[in-house]
Amino acid sequence: MSTKNLYLPEIATIQEVIQETHNIVTFRVTLNNEEAMAKFKFEPGNVGQLSAFGIGESTFVINSPPTRMDYLQFSIMRSGEVTGKLHSLKAGDQIGVRAPLGNHFPYEDMKGKDIVFIGGGIGMAPLRTLLLFMLDNRDDYGKITLLYGARSPLDMAFNYELEDWLDRDDLDTHLTIDAEFDGWEHEVGLIPNVLLDIAPSSENSVAITCGPPIMIKFTLQALEKLGFKDEQIVTTLEKRMKCGVGICGRCNIGTSYVCKDGPVYTGAQLKKLPNEL
Amino acid sequence: MTLVKYLKSTDLKSWLAELAEKNSVFAPRYEGDSVIFAPFDPEQEIYTKSAATVPPKKTVFPQSEKLVDFTYHKDPENPGKTLIDGKEVLPQGTTVVFGGRPCDVRGFSMFDRVYLTKETTDIYYKARRDNTSFITIACEFTESTCFCHWVGSSPSDPIGSDVLAVPVKGGFLLTAVSARGETLLTSKLLLEGKPKVEEAEEVLDKVMENLGKAPDLSKSPGKLLEVFDNMEFWEKVSAKCISCGTCTYLCPTCYCFNITDEIQGLKGSRIRSWDNCMSALFTMEASGHNPRPTKAHRLKNRVGHKFSYYPDLHDGIISCYGCGRCIKSCPAGVDIREIVLKAIEFMPTVVEE
Repeated sequence: MSTKNLYLPEIATIQEVIQETHNIVTFRVTLNNEEAMAKFKFEPGNVGQLSAFGIGESTFVINSPPTRMDYLQFSIMRSGEVTGKLHSLKAGDQIGVRAPLGNHFPYEDMKGKDIVFIGGGIGMAPLRTLLLFMLDNRDDYGKITLLYGARSPLDMAFNYELEDWLDRDDLDTHLTIDAEFDGWEHEVGLIPNVLLDIAPSSENSVAITCGPPIMIKFTLQALEKLGFKDEQIVTTLEKRMKCGVGICGRCNIGTSYVCKDGPVYTGAQLKKLPNEL
Repeated sequence: MTLVKYLKSTDLKSWLAELAEKNSVFAPRYEGDSVIFAPFDPEQEIYTKSAATVPPKKTVFPQSEKLVDFTYHKDPENPGKTLIDGKEVLPQGTTVVFGGRPCDVRGFSMFDRVYLTKETTDIYYKARRDNTSFITIACEFTESTCFCHWVGSSPSDPIGSDVLAVPVKGGFLLTAVSARGETLLTSKLLLEGKPKVEEAEEVLDKVMENLGKAPDLSKSPGKLLEVFDNMEFWEKVSAKCISCGTCTYLCPTCYCFNITDEIQGLKGSRIRSWDNCMSALFTMEASGHNPRPTKAHRLKNRVGHKFSYYPDLHDGIISCYGCGRCIKSCPAGVDIREIVLKAIEFMPTVVEE
C-alpha cells in the first residue's frame, strides 16, 4: 500500500498568467519542489486539482503536453467560487496542485490513424494537450484535422497559437464562430454543421471531441452521419469532483468514477454505462 | 484454543476504565432520545440492550476531520510576495470501541475495499483503522427493521471485530476473534469463560431460529440496472423521501465525503466531512448542470450504489449489512428493502397488440 498523502497538494508558483478571454485565464505553473517538478510525469488527458487555499479545490485538465515540461498549463473558466478566486491571482502567486489524476487519451491506439479534433469553447483545453503531443510526435499519426469553435472571436482561447496552427501544412485547422462578427475571416456556423461541411473521412480515423453538453450531443449525431462508429469517438467528461481519486463518491456514472476511471471515455465505453451524464 | 472470558456486567465499567488508561474508549450511551457512541465516562450508564441509534462510524471516519493545515505568510526575502505552507494533520493514538453490533463493525470492511486499495491508500483512514479495536456485542434479538441475514451477515457475525461479546445471564461471554482481541482479554477483572460457553451458544441459536426467510438478492445488481432508465419506477419508490439524508448519516457503510476549506486571517484548514448523496448539491456542477437533478435520481444512485455498482466492482458483495437504521430512522417511512425487492421483481409491462 502507498504511504503517499492523496490529499496534500504540492505548492506551485504561477509563472505566467494569460488572459485568454473575458472569462478564461491560463496559468503556467511550476512545482516549488524542484525534484518533484523534475520527476513529474503525466499523460495527455490527465487532470489536476488546483487549490486556492481557503476557498477550495477544482479540477482542470493539464492542457500543456508531456513533451513540453517547462511548466504545467491549466486554463480556468470563471464559473464558481474557486475559479473566481483563481482568476484574482497573478504571476508569482502560489496555488496547490494535486496531479496527475484520472486516465488519459488512448494515443497508443490512435497511432497510424487520421485524427479529427472537435473542440467547443473551453472544451478545447483537453484537446490541446493531445494535439500538441501529436504534433510533437507527428510521424506517428496520419492526417490531423482540427475544428475549434466558440461563440464569438472574443470567446476563443489560445489565440497566440491559432495562427501557427492555421499556417502549418501538417495540420488542417478550421475555426468557427456561431454568428457573423466584424473582421472574422473563418467559418461561421455551429460546430456540428461545420463538421458536416468539412466531412472528414471516418475510414481509419478517430474523432476526439470535448465541449458543452449540447454541442457534444449534436456533434455525436454529425459524426454518426459521417460514418464514425462508437469505438472511433473519444470524449472527455466533467463532473463535480472532490477527492479526485475515486473515493468521495459523487462523480460516478454507475460503476465508473469519472475522476479515476475517466475523464476520457470512448463512445463505446459510454454506451455501456447507465445514462446519467 | 480460542480465548474465552466471562465479564460480569458489574465489572464492565472497571474493565473499560482499564482499557481507557492506554486508549480512547468509546461506548454507547443515551444522549437525549438517542443512543450514541461517546468517549467512555464512568459517571454515565453504558447502554447495551440493543443497537445504538447511530453506528460507531465516526470512531474510524470522523464526521469532520482536518486533512491539511495551511498558512499564508510573507516571503522574508521579498515582502511583496506571499507564500503558502501546507502540512498534513494525521490522526494519533489508539481507540477501543465497545458495544458496536456485528452489522456496524462489519461496515468498515466496505470502506476498506475503497479506502485501502493497492493504488489508492487513504492514510487518514488507515491510521485510524489500524489503531481501532472493536469489542462487538452479538444481538440476542432482532428488530423488525433488521435484515443482516439478507446480505450475508448474521447477529453474531465476527468479521471485522476483535472480541465478540455474547450477552449471558449477569454479563457477557467474551470471545477473542483476532490476535488483537486476545490482548484485550488479559485483564484480571475477566473470569474463566468456559462455564458460560453453552449458555452463549443457546442465546445465539435462539436468535438464529427466529430470523425470517431471506430473499435471494444475488440478482439485484443486474435488475437495478434494468430499471435504471425507468424514471416512473424511481419516482414512485422515492415519492415519500424528503431528501433529509438521515439514511446516509446513520449508515455504517455510507462513506462519501466532502472537502471544504476554512480560513481565519492567514491560517486555515482543509476539512473532510461526511457528505449526503440525497442532497441536490452533492453533484451540482458550477455551470448549474446536475446529473442527478431530482430525488428520484438521487435515491436511485444510493440504492444502485449499495446493491448494484459496489457489488459489481467488489466480488458481488452488497454494500449494506442490514442494520436497518435507514428504515428505523427515516421520518418518511422509506424502506430500502422494499425498493430492492420491487426492482428484483419488476416486470416491464407488456403492451398487447
